[in-house]
Amino acid sequence: MAVPETQSSKHSRRGASGALADKAFKGVAFFFASMVLVVLAAIIVMLFKDAWPTFQTFGLDFFVSAKWDVVNDQYGALIPIVGTLVTSLIAILIGIPVSFGIALFISVMAPVWLKRPVGIAVELLAAVPSIIYGMWGLFYFAPWFSENLQPLLTDTLGELPLIGQFFQGPPIGVSLFTAGFILAIMIIPFIASVMRDMFDVVPKDLKESAYAMGSTTWEVIWTVILPYTKVGVIGGIMLGLGRALGETMAVTFVVGNAQELMAGLFYPGSTIASTLANEFNEADGLHMSSLIALGLILFMITFVVLAISKWFLLRLGHAQEGRSA
Amino acid sequence: MTRYQRRKVLNAFNLTASIAVTLFGLVMLGWILTILFTKGFEHINWAVFTENTPPPGESGGLMNAIVGTLMLTVIAVLIGTPIGIMAGTYLAEYGGKSRFASAVRFINDILLSAPSIVVGVFVYTLLVSPVNHFSGWAGSVALAILVVPVIVRTTEDMLKLVPRQIREAAAALGAPRWKVTVHVVYKAALSGMMTGMILATARIMGETAPLLFTALNNNFWSTDMNRPIANMPVVIYQYALSPYSDWQDLAWAAALLITVSVLVMNIFARYGLKSGNQQKP
Repeated sequence: MAVPETQSSKHSRRGASGALADKAFKGVAFFFASMVLVVLAAIIVMLFKDAWPTFQTFGLDFFVSAKWDVVNDQYGALIPIVGTLVTSLIAILIGIPVSFGIALFISVMAPVWLKRPVGIAVELLAAVPSIIYGMWGLFYFAPWFSENLQPLLTDTLGELPLIGQFFQGPPIGVSLFTAGFILAIMIIPFIASVMRDMFDVVPKDLKESAYAMGSTTWEVIWTVILPYTKVGVIGGIMLGLGRALGETMAVTFVVGNAQELMAGLFYPGSTIASTLANEFNEADGLHMSSLIALGLILFMITFVVLAISKWFLLRLGHAQEGRSA
Repeated sequence: MTRYQRRKVLNAFNLTASIAVTLFGLVMLGWILTILFTKGFEHINWAVFTENTPPPGESGGLMNAIVGTLMLTVIAVLIGTPIGIMAGTYLAEYGGKSRFASAVRFINDILLSAPSIVVGVFVYTLLVSPVNHFSGWAGSVALAILVVPVIVRTTEDMLKLVPRQIREAAAALGAPRWKVTVHVVYKAALSGMMTGMILATARIMGETAPLLFTALNNNFWSTDMNRPIANMPVVIYQYALSPYSDWQDLAWAAALLITVSVLVMNIFARYGLKSGNQQKP
């Protein structure tokens, strides 16, 4: 009788320690999961705290003033904010059609043996470090651009009424447009890979029904595949935009880093990220506080864009669950 | 032109455009890699690996920067991986569809794409500005913040691929839940989790922006994590933009080394380890 008793008590003790270990394990997992939220909160709090002197000194003027004057300690965020938005806009305007074409090529048109190598090559574009784009952009792309593409654009689009003024600027190669163009190449893999994943899951029946009705491949793409995947496609585009907004090193090399507001896209300019990279280590006092305020603004803009992206992609997840159920 | 012809022409035009933009993407990749390899190989020699970064106008190498980058990266991965694995485990094994888990997932995906330069500024305000000096630790912490979201995401995805039946079989044998997770589920998801770790390493190795305000750079040999430490990305940044041709040459050599490491890790993680599981990360 004694033997089974000790065994059972041993069992229950093991059971109790097991339950305790279970609780501890779950507790540790919960703790680290909540760290993700803590980091986000800490980023916002710390940046806000150090940016506070700037908001206190300049108030709302900080957001609309185009004066970034280190000598006289006057700071306004308008030029870097506009530069960030303009370069990112150029990036998605170029990036959307190119990503769409690449995703279509891989998903719809390419023969099976070609899908994988092309897919790998496009993913490698995303893996190349940002600073490499910067070096290539500054030493090779910018000179080529200013000698070949820029005069062409100035002579054609630059002659148009209204939008012509956007395509003017000195032939030095470093400009908002160059930065936007290189950003486009950097975000293409992200947008293309989301689009391609979307296109791949369009049900075969839908596509084949459309072909059977006599549609051309393009009509199947435009009237079946795209409407079916539009939510995900928008999510992918927003993801690319979020990436472009915060990209630092490539832009810093080619944007020209001028704190001036010019109408022409071929003039040098600056973005929030490039201003930070350039000035942060030489700044103190109000200058430093203003740079941190810029960082906070950048974080907020990308947060909103990425949240919208995530919201679209989540909606897609729910819609598909609903469909399969 | 009849309507039918118009449709045919539109179709042909758009499909040709699709091929053209794909070629455009491939040409850009080819252009970048060609320049990187020709310029990089021109300037790679033994001195690159055996000498420290030189003063302007002298020849030298990248030894301190290579060692510094390895230290910063390894420490960041060592800090970030356990945090990421535990958080991912919570999401996959306990969180389910609870409000808390959904919030963590949402925020994690945003941090995954958040601007790395802002992470640099954050760590500066947290670890550099209070002590008034740059340090290797601050650099590693900044990189670790970039590692965590990648690991959380891949860990959750990989654990969710492990079939329920395996968990139930282990539980039926009397294993407590944490043992089921650690000894059974992790084992089944191991190759996927390794993929995540390698991708995270590849992602931070070439990151420059978060190091500018944290680890900074060091022109001398130093392995002290409490002081500024040399690293490849910041060396590339400073040397490429310098007026000295020796420095620019070294920047190309460093660029080649970093890019090749990052690309090899990417290809290995995505396609080398894939045989173990069918799903892509």
